[in-house]
Amino acid sequence: MIEVNGLTVRFAGVTPIDDMSVTFPGGTCGLIGPNGAGKTTFFNVLSGFVKPAAGTITAFGENLLKMADYRRARWGLRRTFQTEMAIEKLSIFDNVALIHEHSGAKRSDRNADVLGAIEFVGLTASPQDKVGGLGARERRLVEVARAVVGKPRVVLLDEPAAGLPDEETGHLSSVIQRIPSEVGALVILVDHDMSLVSACCQTTAVVDFGRLVASGPTAEVLHDEHVMRAYLGTEDAE
Amino acid sequence: MSTVTSYLDRTSTYFDRKTIIRALVAAALFLVALIVLPEISGADWITTFTSVAIYSVVALGFGILYGRVGMISLGQVALLTIGCWIGARLAYATSLPFPLLLLVTGACTCAIGVLVGLPALRLSGLYLALITLMFAGATTIFLSVTDFPNGGGGWSGVSVAGQLTTSTPPVRRPSWAVADVAFYRYTVIVAAILFLLALVHVAAKPGRAWATIRESEPAALAAGVNITLYKLWAFALASFVTGVAGCLLAAQVGVPRAITFQTQDSLTLAATALIGGIFSLWGAVIAGIFNQLLPFLFSAQWNVSPNYLLIIFGAGLLQVLLTAPGGLAEQFPKDMANLGRLAVRRFRSLASGQGGEGS
Repeated sequence: MIEVNGLTVRFAGVTPIDDMSVTFPGGTCGLIGPNGAGKTTFFNVLSGFVKPAAGTITAFGENLLKMADYRRARWGLRRTFQTEMAIEKLSIFDNVALIHEHSGAKRSDRNADVLGAIEFVGLTASPQDKVGGLGARERRLVEVARAVVGKPRVVLLDEPAAGLPDEETGHLSSVIQRIPSEVGALVILVDHDMSLVSACCQTTAVVDFGRLVASGPTAEVLHDEHVMRAYLGTEDAE
Repeated sequence: MSTVTSYLDRTSTYFDRKTIIRALVAAALFLVALIVLPEISGADWITTFTSVAIYSVVALGFGILYGRVGMISLGQVALLTIGCWIGARLAYATSLPFPLLLLVTGACTCAIGVLVGLPALRLSGLYLALITLMFAGATTIFLSVTDFPNGGGGWSGVSVAGQLTTSTPPVRRPSWAVADVAFYRYTVIVAAILFLLALVHVAAKPGRAWATIRESEPAALAAGVNITLYKLWAFALASFVTGVAGCLLAAQVGVPRAITFQTQDSLTLAATALIGGIFSLWGAVIAGIFNQLLPFLFSAQWNVSPNYLLIIFGAGLLQVLLTAPGGLAEQFPKDMANLGRLAVRRFRSLASGQGGEGS
């Protein structure tokens, strides 16, 4: 469980997150909102790239904001980026192994864990292939494999389906749905693809202008009047 | 599933075929350099080959910083100068055995290199290049003004006369490698060990961490990589190998002078390292050859001013940056493979053409 209380982030003159309080109970949680609502900034606060002006974040009983940024991976925090950041010069195996060796997991478990993660996401390319030669779908899967290797506690997925065609989103969706039960991590999924969010997430939080608009079971939230207005309002206006 | 399982089988044997072939080729080239080259070449060539080995190691340091971590340092020749100076000083002032002299020089240069690397934690790209280039300039000026140790005794190393005399004792060499050929072999062995040290780093945890930092620092942080530690680690490794190379250079030259090292050498080194290829350890060997063998060929063999080399290096650098970012080390095998395919196609079409005429 992750509890966020009164979180505020200020950049010069802009307040991308404004006194946000939200709880992610467990399983797969959606985090949706229009562009610029503060979703990626929130992930950056969790990762330690952005220092908040106020507020607390408690993850599984621990104060996340007190941890040095690079130590959060060892604690069990993983993330993917909007523009995928798998390392082109390394092989698939090395890309995943890199996370494993900085996660504090046992060296003797490395080969089995890394190959297990590659298998978990359903990558069929040889683990020795360089990531530079892979297509968009496979690179996404490498990123997800990096996020699930070595007993993570929290997995942040930032628009994992961006730019993928529908049938490939389907496979990704099935992978994401298996993370809480098979990997044992809490997943926070940011995406604009509502069918992906409804398929994966038991609960969903909606943010707009850095504030929480609604949260609760995904089906209820998506039909909430405020959400319709905040999120789909532009469509009504057209 | 099956690929994964078969991969597990292969990794359990640890070495795959490609790695074995590469290791064999490297070992064969090492033996050629160690045994065959000194047999077939004259005295002046041997001195040049020693310099090639030394500058390969310097290019290796540049390649680790720029090719692996993405930090451009133009101060590598300055670190070589410092290594040379420390090596000479320690050789005059102490009676340490030569291998220990190499290690201590490497360690001292490593400490200085890490200090030079501190700005790299905040700066990158052009700014880091400028800072390190200024460091190189400052080193050149400092050593010229204080007069590079000219063979006097004790720690200061400046002789009372203030002038080099014929009686200036040279920096000592290892007892079993006093002659030029023996010292060449000694240098090649030490260089090989330093390359192995780099390989061990690049192929393991530090190498993967460096690759992540090079790709994106946020991604590296998210992966749990301690960026400060691994950047300074790269500077430490690069400075250590450069310092050892500097000590070898002191013993090779005998009486090193400040005039031997110019700030612009740092730029030439960067250019040749990029031409050789910064993503491959072989690139550093090619860089050493370009940096030392070509000037020798131009001036001593062909009677052409080696200054023309700057133009050639400039053109080479342009070519590399535009068309072959991996440098000669990556491009040459590709070109050879293409040439081979072309030859085979040509041969086949010729053969089938003749066959057609015959029938």
